[in-house]
Amino acid sequence: MWIGLAVPLVLFWLCLAHARAEGLAKVRLMPLWSPQAQFAGYYMAREKGIYARYGLDVDILEGGPGRSPLQSLISGEVDFAVLWLATALQQNDDGLKLVNLAQIIQRSSLMLVAKKASGIAGPADLQGRKVGLWAGELSLPVLAFLERYRLHVQRISQAYTVNLFLRGGIDAASAMWYNEYHTILNAGINPDELQVFSLHEHGISFPEDGLYALEQGYRKDPARARAFAQASLEGWRYAFAHPEETLEVVLRRMREAKVPASRSHQEWMLARMRDLIMPADSSETLGHLQLAGFQAAGTILHKHGAIEDIPDYATFTGDADADH
Amino acid sequence: MQTTKSIARTFTLIVSVCTVLIFSVAIGSFYHRSRVALEQEVANNAAHLVLASINRVETTLHAIGKVAEDTSRSLEIAGYHDQSLTTLLKETLRDNRDIHGFGAAFDPNPAFNPPHPVVPYYFRQGERLVFAPEDNFQHLSQDWYQIPKELGQMAWSEPSFDKASGTILMTSCSVPIFSDNGREKQVRGVVVADVSLEWLTELVASIRVLDTGYSFLLSRNGTFLTHPDRDLIMNETIFSLAESRHKPDLREIGRKMVLGESGFVAYTNIHDVSTLMYYAPVPSTGWTLAVVFPEAELYADVRNLTLVVAGIALAGILLLTAAVYWVARRVTAPLGALAEATEAIASGHFDTELPAVKSSDEVGKLTLAFTAMTGALKKYIRNLTETTAAKERIQSELKMATDIQASLLPQLFPAFPDRPEFDIHAAMDPAKEVGGDFYDFFFIDPTNLCFLMADVADKGVPAALYMMVAKILLKTEGQRLGEPEQILSRVNEILAADNDSCMFTTVFCAILNTENGEVRFANAGHNAPVLISGGQAEFLSIRAGFVLGPIAETVYTAERITLEPGDVLFLYTDGITEAKSRSEELYGEERLLQTLQTASRQELAEMIRTVRAEVFRHADGAPQSDDVTMLAIKYRGMAARNP
Repeated sequence: MWIGLAVPLVLFWLCLAHARAEGLAKVRLMPLWSPQAQFAGYYMAREKGIYARYGLDVDILEGGPGRSPLQSLISGEVDFAVLWLATALQQNDDGLKLVNLAQIIQRSSLMLVAKKASGIAGPADLQGRKVGLWAGELSLPVLAFLERYRLHVQRISQAYTVNLFLRGGIDAASAMWYNEYHTILNAGINPDELQVFSLHEHGISFPEDGLYALEQGYRKDPARARAFAQASLEGWRYAFAHPEETLEVVLRRMREAKVPASRSHQEWMLARMRDLIMPADSSETLGHLQLAGFQAAGTILHKHGAIEDIPDYATFTGDADADH
Repeated sequence: MQTTKSIARTFTLIVSVCTVLIFSVAIGSFYHRSRVALEQEVANNAAHLVLASINRVETTLHAIGKVAEDTSRSLEIAGYHDQSLTTLLKETLRDNRDIHGFGAAFDPNPAFNPPHPVVPYYFRQGERLVFAPEDNFQHLSQDWYQIPKELGQMAWSEPSFDKASGTILMTSCSVPIFSDNGREKQVRGVVVADVSLEWLTELVASIRVLDTGYSFLLSRNGTFLTHPDRDLIMNETIFSLAESRHKPDLREIGRKMVLGESGFVAYTNIHDVSTLMYYAPVPSTGWTLAVVFPEAELYADVRNLTLVVAGIALAGILLLTAAVYWVARRVTAPLGALAEATEAIASGHFDTELPAVKSSDEVGKLTLAFTAMTGALKKYIRNLTETTAAKERIQSELKMATDIQASLLPQLFPAFPDRPEFDIHAAMDPAKEVGGDFYDFFFIDPTNLCFLMADVADKGVPAALYMMVAKILLKTEGQRLGEPEQILSRVNEILAADNDSCMFTTVFCAILNTENGEVRFANAGHNAPVLISGGQAEFLSIRAGFVLGPIAETVYTAERITLEPGDVLFLYTDGITEAKSRSEELYGEERLLQTLQTASRQELAEMIRTVRAEVFRHADGAPQSDDVTMLAIKYRGMAARNP
C-alpha cells in the first residue's frame, strides 16, 4: 500500500523537478583547465544552487590538456569560458569578438622560479639561461618581463609539469603562484632554496582569469550572461567563506575527472585564489575589470606586437550594451 | 601487640620493597636491552629486505634501460629509413616482454632528417603489437621527450596512470639519440620505452613486515606510487602529506629520500602510529622504497615477554611477601606473648606465667632467660626486703646511738653560769649518724677545769663505741689523776691493753687553773689549738705527742701557758681544717686563723657559729667527710669573779 502511494509521489516529484529544470536556462561553462581550486567559485555556485537561483542550469565541462575553452567557445560547445585577459585581447584583435563578463583574477599570479643553487639571484642572472615558457599567450607576461630586463634566454617550451625544472633540464620555469610554485615545494624543494620572480612585483600586471562569452552570444541575452557572472561571483564569495566544504567539492570533482588530487595542494590554491580574487582595497569591486589593468595589459600586448589595437573598454566589458 | 605487628610489617615491607626494586631494575634493563637488540636486528632485516627488493626492481629496470640504450645507439650508428626503423622498434618490443610500448620520437627540424611518422610507436595489446604513430608534435613539450633531450641522458619519467584504464601506473624510460655533425653533438630524438608498473606495485605490496607493517614507493618528486592507503597514490607527495599533517620532520625525511639517501628513522605515520621506517633509493629511477614497522607490533613480543616476566615476578613477590609476613609473624608471635608477659612482670607481677617454651631458638632462649631472671629477681627482692628491714632497724638504732652520744657530750651552755672568770662553749656536727669526735670539760676540783678534744680514727658505730670508752676513761681518770700527762698515759695504757682492733684516738687534754689562768696541757697527736690573744689568733706551738691506743708505754709531756684575761683558747678537730670544697680544696689552717681573727671580739657561742658557717660556706654543699667539732674557752680572770 505504501509502495502504491510512493510510486505516484516519486513520479510526481520527478515531473516537478524536470519542470523546474525546464524552467532554467541551460548553459555551459568551460574553465581554463582540469578541475582544481582555481575554479572553486563556479563549482560552488552550481553545488549550492546559486546558478539555479539566477535561473541558470550550468553544466561545467572539464578543461585540460587538449581541451581548449576558447575553441569550445568558438565551436559553440559552451556558452561561457574562463580565459585570460591576454587571450581575449589577442582573439579580439584577430577578429573574434569576446565580451568580458567578469574579471576574476585582478593581477598577474605568474612567476619565474629558479633554484638559488644554479646561481640565479636577480633578473640579470637569467641572461642566456634555459627558461621554460608555456605555449601561446600564457608566455606573454614572461616575455614582457624578459623584455623589461633586456634578457636573451634559451626559450624551452614548457609542458604542464615542472618535472623538467625539477630535474635540472631548465634553469627557470614558468609557474603560477597558486599551482606550480606549490607543486615545486611539494616535490621537496624548500622556499628558501628558490629564487622567485613574481611578475607583478616587476611591474608586469596582467589580469588573468576572466569570464567570457562570444559577443554574438552575449548580444542574444545580455541579462542571462550578467546573471551568470553575478552568480559566479557569488559562488566565489561562498567558496571563500566555506573553504572546508569547498575543498571537499573540488577534490570530489578532481577525483571524478581522474586527475591527481592533493588536499594540501588544493588548500593552498584556494587560499591563493582568495588573495588574487578578493579586492585588495575596498574601492575596487569583486569581479570588476579595472580600467588601469586592462590598459596596462593592452599596452604590453601592443608593444610586443601581439595586438594592433586595444579594444574599446566599454565594448569589451559589454557595458555599451548594458547601457542600452 | 602493636610492637609485634610493626616488626613483622617493617620486615615484610623492607623485603618487599627491596624485591620490587631489584625486579624493576632487572626487568626494565631486560626490556630496554631487548628493545635495542631488536631494533638493531629489525634495522638489519629491513635493510636486507629493502635492498633485496630494490635489487629485483633494479635488475628489471636496468634491463629495460639497456634495451632503450642499445636501440638509441643503433639509431645513431646505422642510418635507418622509415620502414626499417619501425621494424626495429616492433622487433625490439616483441623481444622484451617487460616493455609495454616502444617507440622513438624525433625533432621535426629538417636538419635532423626526421623520419615519417616523426613518432613511430608500438604498444602491446594482449599478444598483438599495435602500431600507433603520432605526427602532431605534441611530444616536443612532454616530459618523456624533453627531459632526456635537455639533460642529454637517459631519464625515467614521473609515473602516471595509463590513459586507458586509469588504474595502471606507467613510466617511460627515454634515451636521447645523438646526432654528431662533426661540430657538436645534438639530440636528434629520443627512444622511449613505456613500462607498466603493475609488477612493481605488486612487488611492493608483497613486501609485508609483521602484521600491520607495510611498504611504499615514492617517485623522484616524492609522489606516492604505491601505498596501502590508495587515496595517497598519485595524489599526494610525502611533502604535501607533511604539510597537511603539519609534520615538518616528515618533510625532512622526504627531502633525504628524494636526494637518494637511505636510512632508518622513527616517525609518527599518518594514522598517528609510532613507527620505524627504513628507506633506500632505487638507483636508476631515483625512486624511494620504504618499509614501515609499527613500533607497538615490533615490540609486542618483547613487551609481552616482559609483561609475563613482570607478572611472574609480581606473583613471586606477592608470595614472598606473604611468606615473609607469615614467618615474621611466627617468629614475633612468641616474642609478642613474651613481651606481654614481661610487661606484667615489669609492673611488679613476678608471678606472671611466661609462655611455654616450644622451641630452642632465640625466642626460646629468651623465654628461659626471662624465667631465670624472674626467679633471680624474686629472690633478690626478697633479700632486699629483708636487708631493708634490717637496715631500717640499724638506722633507728643508730639514731638512738646518736642521741645517746649527743647526750654524753655537755651540751648545756653556759655550762657554768656561776663561774664568770671563764666561759666555755662547744659544738659538734657528726659526719655520719654517730661520730668519732668528742669533747668534754669538767672540774677536777673547784679551781681546775679539765677540758679536752679528741678524734677517734674512723667514724661510725665502732668509732662511737671506742669514743664512749675513751670518753669515760678520760673523765674518770681525769678526775682521779688531775694532771694531763698522767691522764693521757693512764688512758693510753688501758686502751692499748685490749686493743685488738688497733683503733686509736688523738686527744688534746688541758687543765685550766681558773684562779691564775694557767693552762697545763698534754697532747696525744691532736691538732694544735689556736690562741686568740689581744685580737691576734695564732696556733699554739705544742708537742705533737703520740695517739692513744696503739702502744701501751707511750709517755706524754705536760706543757703550760698562762692565759691573760680575755684570751681564748680554740680547740678543734681536723674536720674543720680538712673540710673540702666542691673543687676538693681544703679549708686549711690559714682560713681558720683569719676567721678566728675576725671573730675574736665575738662571744664564744657566736664565734663557734661563725666558724661553723664559714666551714659550711667553704664546702658549698660538698658532702661533709668528717665530724666538725669545736671547743672554745675564754679566760676572764678573777677580776670578773669579784667585780
